[in-house]
Amino acid sequence: MASPQAAKSIRGSTAIVGIGQTAFGKGLVDTELSLACQAVSLALDDAGIAPAEIDGLASFTLEHDREVDLARNVGLGDITWFSQVGYGGGAACGVVGQAAMAVATGQANVVVAWRARKRADPASRPWAQVGGRLAGNHQWTRPFGLLRPVDEIAMLTRRYMHEFGATRDHLANVALAFRKHANANPNAAMHDKILTRDQYLAARWISEPLCLFDNCLETDGALAVVITSAERARDLATTPAYIHAFAQGIPPQHQTMTNYFNEDPLRGPAWACASRLWRNAEVTPADVKVAQLYDAFSPLIPLSLEGYGFCERGEGGPFTDNGNLEWPDGGLPTNTAGGGMSEAYVHGFNLVIEGVRQIRGTSTSQVDGADVSLVTSGEGVPTSALLLTVDA
Amino acid sequence: MADDFLLPDIEDPTSAPFWAGTGRGELTVQACGSCGRWRMPPRPMCPHCRSLEVEWVPTSGRATVWSFVIAHPPLLPAYAEFAPYNVITVMLDDDPRIRFVGNLVSGPDGSIGEIDATTIVIGEPVEVVFTRIDDVTLPRWVRRS
Repeated sequence: MASPQAAKSIRGSTAIVGIGQTAFGKGLVDTELSLACQAVSLALDDAGIAPAEIDGLASFTLEHDREVDLARNVGLGDITWFSQVGYGGGAACGVVGQAAMAVATGQANVVVAWRARKRADPASRPWAQVGGRLAGNHQWTRPFGLLRPVDEIAMLTRRYMHEFGATRDHLANVALAFRKHANANPNAAMHDKILTRDQYLAARWISEPLCLFDNCLETDGALAVVITSAERARDLATTPAYIHAFAQGIPPQHQTMTNYFNEDPLRGPAWACASRLWRNAEVTPADVKVAQLYDAFSPLIPLSLEGYGFCERGEGGPFTDNGNLEWPDGGLPTNTAGGGMSEAYVHGFNLVIEGVRQIRGTSTSQVDGADVSLVTSGEGVPTSALLLTVDA
Repeated sequence: MADDFLLPDIEDPTSAPFWAGTGRGELTVQACGSCGRWRMPPRPMCPHCRSLEVEWVPTSGRATVWSFVIAHPPLLPAYAEFAPYNVITVMLDDDPRIRFVGNLVSGPDGSIGEIDATTIVIGEPVEVVFTRIDDVTLPRWVRRS
């Protein structure tokens, strides 16, 4: 019988048992709905689970297509639980983690979580939408030309560099490590494109201090995972990636993206999320063998390394030195499929799938003995994280 | 054209007093009507005492640069013509927890792209100026010695 403490957490009681993804690219011809259905179908086949068994659906509030659309295409039966998580890039681990909670609490037996996106769709770039007057938070920033997510993060980055001495070389360490991993991953959008430090330093600016290679890609594609109970997972053919811990996080006085208005803007959502994640885990940062850290922009990596406790505050830049994020020899191989910067940018859902592949032992940059695999979602927005393990 | 800049809804009930203030040439900030703490951006409830009472108080209009970016294309056309341009965040001398995003310019009618980006430094002292665009008055910032 589980201890009262264990009963309060979902630790090890659910697993990701199926993964599926479409090709990644620009200008894919299929609709977002078609891509979503393809990814879900692949994930079900990977798990060896029939559509009729799915009774839960989890997705992003950003998703254009709804549960009902997916269900009547894939041929699902009675759905008894469905939910969405907000905040864009902050949602991916939350979507999966809430699905795990639904399974652990008996609201559903088998849940599919997915993300589909066509970057070519103009609606996918909210900053480019013009017309009408600005209300809410944007009225304090956009009139002055702080228009794009990259501008919003560049403002924090400049301050971070000023306060802690981080450098462009640190950001280059991030970009180069992830590109190297993408070069080993045939499915990565940047598989064939080498990136050197000289190229990084010579790249055009987008929003100083951030250059082109500090930005994630723009990608069409869809991905899905299947979550079920640990008990059911043991009957399936795939190696389960057990959901050891899950957390979400919003810190005090947080303002999404333009978090410049509180006492300590550089102490971002990762800190709140990490406090719950590690409290509910039986492992510590030192046990994590491989990490998938949300990388819409390179500076989110040092900020996340600090927030999740891999180094001290302000040490996230130097942590990236000497190839420390690179497979196979780095201390913490990170974004081992290439991440949002070099594999695909699908609001971080590809990070979840790579986290599962590391547990299965099937990554193209496979870390030996990867028994604890961390996945995080967007820093700079209300966020979430998952700890996946080989053992329940 | 700057006329095509993204502009605030100056009738937004929460922030209208701020934009009314800039229209008069004053940089004001929302203060709690109960505990007196300042807050930015404005919002209905004081996070310190949960009072709904608000007042708008004048500030010195003096600040220092907290951070800045230099924006390059791709940008919305109205802004792209000024690129590369600066966007700065400043913290008020009156209360360093109160920050505003704006632009460093040479004067009220200066362009957002006119200041040599390599000369901007965190910590440099600035003071507010006001730029009228359409029916909106935006606070911007000039250097002070």
